[in-house]
Amino acid sequence: MALSNPRIIVVGGGLAGLAAVIKVAEMGGHVDLFSIVPVKRSHSVCAQGGINAAKNLKGEGDSTWQHFDDTIYGGDFLANQPPVKDMCDAAPGIIDLLDRMGVPFNRTPEGLLDFRRFGGTLFNRTAFAGATTGQQLLYALDEQVRRYEAEGKVSKYEGWEFLSAVLDARRVCRGICAMDLRSMAICTFPAHAVIIATGGIGAIFGKSTNSVVCTGSSQSALYQQGAYYANGEFIQVHPTSIPGEDKLRLMSESARGEGGRVWVPKKPGDNRDPKLIPDGERWYFLEEWYPKYGNLVPRDVATRAIHKVVYEHKLGVDGKPMVYLDLTHIDRKVLDRKLEGILEIYEKFVGDDPRDTPMKIFPGVHYTMGGLWVDFKQATNIAGIYAAGECEYQYHGANRLGANSLVSCIWGGFVAGPEAVKYARNAFSPASDGHFEAEQKRQEDINAKLMRADGRENPFLLWRELGDIMTQNCTVIRDNQNLRATDAKLVELLERYQSINLSDRTQWANTTIGFTRQLYNMLQLARVIAQGAALRDESRGAHYKPDFPERDDKNWLKTTKATFAPDADEPRFEFEPVDISLIPPRARKY
Amino acid sequence: MADQKNVALKIKRQDNPTAKPRWEEFEIPWKRGMNVTSCLMEIAASPVTRQGTATTPITYDSNCLEEVCGSCAMLINGRARMACSALVDQLERPIRLEPFSKFPVVRDLSVDRTVLFENLKRVKAWVPVDGTYDLGAGPRMSMDDQEAAYPLSRCISCCCCMEACPQFTESTGFVGAAAISQVRLFNTHPTGAALKRERLVALMGDGGIQECGYAQNCVEVCPKDIPLTRSISQVGGEVIKQALSDWFRK
Repeated sequence: MALSNPRIIVVGGGLAGLAAVIKVAEMGGHVDLFSIVPVKRSHSVCAQGGINAAKNLKGEGDSTWQHFDDTIYGGDFLANQPPVKDMCDAAPGIIDLLDRMGVPFNRTPEGLLDFRRFGGTLFNRTAFAGATTGQQLLYALDEQVRRYEAEGKVSKYEGWEFLSAVLDARRVCRGICAMDLRSMAICTFPAHAVIIATGGIGAIFGKSTNSVVCTGSSQSALYQQGAYYANGEFIQVHPTSIPGEDKLRLMSESARGEGGRVWVPKKPGDNRDPKLIPDGERWYFLEEWYPKYGNLVPRDVATRAIHKVVYEHKLGVDGKPMVYLDLTHIDRKVLDRKLEGILEIYEKFVGDDPRDTPMKIFPGVHYTMGGLWVDFKQATNIAGIYAAGECEYQYHGANRLGANSLVSCIWGGFVAGPEAVKYARNAFSPASDGHFEAEQKRQEDINAKLMRADGRENPFLLWRELGDIMTQNCTVIRDNQNLRATDAKLVELLERYQSINLSDRTQWANTTIGFTRQLYNMLQLARVIAQGAALRDESRGAHYKPDFPERDDKNWLKTTKATFAPDADEPRFEFEPVDISLIPPRARKY
Repeated sequence: MADQKNVALKIKRQDNPTAKPRWEEFEIPWKRGMNVTSCLMEIAASPVTRQGTATTPITYDSNCLEEVCGSCAMLINGRARMACSALVDQLERPIRLEPFSKFPVVRDLSVDRTVLFENLKRVKAWVPVDGTYDLGAGPRMSMDDQEAAYPLSRCISCCCCMEACPQFTESTGFVGAAAISQVRLFNTHPTGAALKRERLVALMGDGGIQECGYAQNCVEVCPKDIPLTRSISQVGGEVIKQALSDWFRK
């Protein structure tokens, strides 16, 4: 019998997860929403600059097709095209909906939505709420979910961490296994379908612009249970971040969208106060190299340019890997109205006022284009498991354009929610035969083993080694020899993991054991990234190999799909053709 | 000039909600640009007290580390603030870290702040949209109205305003400045105003807006500079108006 009110589990309460929750609740389903942090504190809050939608409110002749074309071209033709087109077509309606939900988008004098320019396009296509757009969008969805929660349609499990899916003998998903991060109790929860919306994987690189919870642990756990992981080698390094002791803080692309200019002193070692360096003695290298797009070339292009200026031309500010991002020529009132949130971050964490003095920035790991493989309905290859948001691979190809992540999160959630309900309504669910108990036991055994472990390795120090090697070899510049050495190092770290020693063995709010579990999953997923990068002998989007500097469509216009081989304890790779049915690939030259 | 070699910290620890709290001291190597969260990460990597005794990593809440998720609120040298934006070089040392005093301690510096999210339900802090299907554009809004709404909408639910408020105690059950400010935000939104009366009624009576004693601590500690006292006086006036008109209609 078809179920009219299925029970759906959503894992992750960022934009993608909450978008899915709202759709499921609206269709009459009941949602159990799992999140490590209270959902209002999810990483989506960190998105700054805005959300793209071709509403063409500036009389520029923008269109959803143009948005689609910019996105495909920006992604160097690696994305399957039909779902990207659907997303771009849906984007204007999504903006309207968010506007109706009360997002305080910046306005024009007439009271309409204001739009600004972002990287990889020549159109003003980015709607924004100051420079804290992600925060404002997340809050709008959070408020709607709270409303459904008050109506009893959503149950929240905040402070719970997803450990694994419960699969039956047919490898069909029947629910999840999760850990209460206070009592450390491991429990299973049945569901007719599960939607994974667990975000990014920044922690694999040690320091990144990501939040603490963005470890990719859930995606990795599912990959180890048989889910395909696609295009893992495509990692976005954002050109402008603020280096810090605990993390790299993002300096939004919107700073350049509002006119910010990137430059270095022409003379090596010129350590004058930047304001005293005359215009003629500054090198605006992005504007010189890319006259059409200037400072708003896509992120992969800008990041490589900064690397080149710092490491080849040796022109980093103060001899360090840093360049200037300059807003000082822009009116203070405009800056406050449109960029206050990010200027405040720079002021608070660096101590200088970017309205008065150029900011010092450097590229930092920011986003994964790769993720769980999904079909055009957001379904993974495990029946009953869907995925949406940064944790899946579908919308951004080899490089994501700025302000496309928020729209892909919401759109992905809006597709995944209804598709999961449809699946659940038709699902055949025979009585489970001990699968829940077996999965719970498997996870409890992992905890027990970690608690007992009496080795010498400190999980936090192993993590630093992981972050260092991944940042060194799997980011901007890639080389096969280094990639192979990275994988060997990862194997070594996995071996050393076996002699771990937890400094905390208590059974209450023990953050060490949670982190140590995540670390294992990070190590397994890191191998997918390193090996995938080693295999792809070409340069495309964010994946750049000096030994293979050209894009090679003949051999590599393909999606990388990694599967975990349990016997070998490592990934196996296969490659799938890309759907290029709408826009024929052309050379990518900005 | 503060010590540029080592950073001393005193951290109040508590193993679980019912355990007795105790203090532990730490000393970690100084680095340029350190903040309180990076100190806590350093301790996790090498959990040894200043006296050389092995201990456990500190349990604390954190996520974005850029003062926008609202997780890492705690008492730092006695003041309610976010640990990520507390830069070591600007703090008096030893740096004293304690959990919020007015929320149940989970463990160490981590506290349970569910009460704020419950209060947001109580005041219906949302815009009642008809549905997520395509219903066209939202209401037009002037630049001025947007610029008034946006700062209120930047509340990160950190609960610093509640911790610092003398009226926020178990006996008053005061709803706190954050939720009141959200009432102002949603009551001024063209569609949100549909629930205006219900929100104001939720702020009447015990634990409501009348509990505010105008100490102004909230606005003082708010990391996002939200005009909380203005919100309280504005909403306070609306509550009185609503109460009077409800009384006359009886």
